[in-house]
Amino acid sequence: MTSAGESFPLTRHSVLAAARSQDGAERARALEILFASYWKPVYKYIRLKFSQSPQDAQDLTQGFFAELLERQLLSRFDPAKSRLRTYLRLCADSFALNELKAASRKKRGGEFAHVALDFSGAEDELRAQAIDPASIPSPESLEDFFEKEWIRSLFSSAVEELRGACEARERQNAFQLFEAYDLAGEENISYGELAARFSLPLSEVNNQLAWARREFRLIALARLRAFCESEEEFALEAKALFGVSRQ
Amino acid sequence: MTFLNDKALERLRCSEGADFSGTRYKLREFIARGGMAVVYAAEDEKLSRRVALKVLDAPDANGELTSRLMREARILAQLEHPGIVPVHDVGVLPGGRVFYTMKFVEGLRLDRYIMQVDSLPQRLRLFLRVCDAVAFAHARGVLHRDLKPANIMVGSFGEVLVMDWGLGKILREHSLSRDETFVSSGQKAKSESDSTQFTVITGHGTVMGTPGYMAPEQARGETERIDVRSDIFSLGALLRFIVIGGAQGKSAAQPRPLSAICAKATAESPNARYTHVSELAADVSLYLDGLPVSAYAENFLERLRRFYKRHEVAILLIGAYLIMRALVLLFFHR
Repeated sequence: MTSAGESFPLTRHSVLAAARSQDGAERARALEILFASYWKPVYKYIRLKFSQSPQDAQDLTQGFFAELLERQLLSRFDPAKSRLRTYLRLCADSFALNELKAASRKKRGGEFAHVALDFSGAEDELRAQAIDPASIPSPESLEDFFEKEWIRSLFSSAVEELRGACEARERQNAFQLFEAYDLAGEENISYGELAARFSLPLSEVNNQLAWARREFRLIALARLRAFCESEEEFALEAKALFGVSRQ
Repeated sequence: MTFLNDKALERLRCSEGADFSGTRYKLREFIARGGMAVVYAAEDEKLSRRVALKVLDAPDANGELTSRLMREARILAQLEHPGIVPVHDVGVLPGGRVFYTMKFVEGLRLDRYIMQVDSLPQRLRLFLRVCDAVAFAHARGVLHRDLKPANIMVGSFGEVLVMDWGLGKILREHSLSRDETFVSSGQKAKSESDSTQFTVITGHGTVMGTPGYMAPEQARGETERIDVRSDIFSLGALLRFIVIGGAQGKSAAQPRPLSAICAKATAESPNARYTHVSELAADVSLYLDGLPVSAYAENFLERLRRFYKRHEVAILLIGAYLIMRALVLLFFHR
C-alpha cells in the first residue's frame, strides 16, 4: 500500500499527459497519483452534496474513479475550457447522479488497490470540520468546499513528504518547529516560546522555520505542477495557491 | 496522514516566515504579492479592526528593500487625502522585517468595477477622483509611477482610492513636510511648480512600472526625465481604458474629444502632454459639461451638434413653440 505522500514524481511531466500515455504502466501510475490526490476531496464532496452514508459514499467514490479509468474520461478533459478539479467535480456529480438513479450499483474500486483509502480517517476529518450537510446553502459553497479539500489534500501530502525529507536529511528539528508553529494552528505561540520549548537560540528557530517553509512550498508547487498541463496554467494555479508565480 | 485544519491551511498559504506573535496583528488571509512585499488582511487586536498589512516577503540582507518599504509608508503617511489609502502603523518584526498597516479597503479593483458601470459620465467621474488624488500627491511632490486600473480600488460606498505607492518617487522641489493646499480637479493647481524643474531624489536607472501604462521615458529607464508628466501619461492610458476598456462588449464608440484628451496625455514627448494633472482633469470636466476641450479643435458641425446636445430641451421647446406659432398664424390668415 502507498499513501499519496510517497514516491511522487517530482518532475515537470504532467500527470495528465502520463494518464493519456500509450504506456500502460505509466498510465496506471499517473491514475494512481490522481486517485491518491483526489479521492478524499471527491469522497467528502459526495458525502455532503448527495447526503450519502459513509458506506454509500465510499462505493460511489471508488466507482467514480473506476469509471474515470474505464471510460477514459481524462482524455476528454480540455484544459482550455476548465481546470482539472472543476472537470473532475462535474464528472463526479454526473456519475453520482446516474448511479443514484440506478436501482442497484456494483461495488468497484479494485483498480486502485495500491492506494491506501483511509475512509474512517476522512470521516474523522469531516467530523473535525463540523460540517452539517443541512447547513450547506448553495452549490457555490460546495464548489468552494471541493476546492478547499483539494488544497487540503495537496498540502497534507506535501507535509508528509516534507516530514520524510526532514528525516532523510536529519533535520527533524525543523519539521517539529514547522509542525508546532504552522500546522498546530496555535495562534499565540511566538518564536521566543518555541525557542524555549525546543531549547534553541531564537535565530535558529527563525532559520529552521524559514527552511521548512521554503521546502514545503517547493514540494507543494512541484505537486501542483504535476497536475498542470502548461507553464501558464501552473503560474496561475501557483498564484492562486500561494500568491506566487515563481517556481 | 496529518490532518490540516482550516487555520493551518490559511497559515500555510500565507505564512512567509514572518513572526507576528509579538505584535498586535494576526494574519488572516493573503491578498496580493508585489515585487518586494506581500499584503495580507490582518486583524488589529487592540482596535478590533481589519487592516491591510504589507510586509517584506523575505529578510532583507542589505537594507535596500527595508528602506523602500519605509519610504512608501512615509509617503502614504504624508498623503492624507480621501483618495489615497491611509497608513495606520509601521513596525519591525523580531526577524528584522519591516511592515506597515493601512486601511483595509473592501471593494473592487477599477478594472473589475468598471465593467459594471454602463454610464460613460459615471466612469469619467471616477477618473476625475483618481485625478484629484494624483494631483494632491503631485502638489506634495510625490509621483506614483505605477498608475493602472489594478492599483485603483473602488470601495463599497463608491469611494475611489489610489493604492500601491511602492514605486512612488519623491521630487526635491516639494518636500513632504511642506503644507500645501489640495487643489480639486477642474482648477489650476497653483501650488504645482513647473514640472520640468523637478529633479529626482531616488532612482536607480532601473525600469519600474507596468507596460501599457508606463510613460516612454520611464520604460527606457530615464529616471532623470521622469516627472509629473510621466504620471499624466499613465492617467491618459487609464482614461483610455476607462473609455474603451470599460466599454468592452457594450459600445466601442469613443467620442473624439475624449480620444484627443487620451492622445494628448499619452503623447510620446513629455512636452506634448498636459503639464499638470489639473489640466487633464479640467478637459475631462469640460467634456462632461458639454463644453469644448482644449485638446480637440472641433469643426462647425461638431460645434453645432454639441450645442444642440447641451441645449437640447431648450431648443426643442423653442422649436415646438415656433411651430405652434406658425400653425396659429396660418390658421388665422386663411
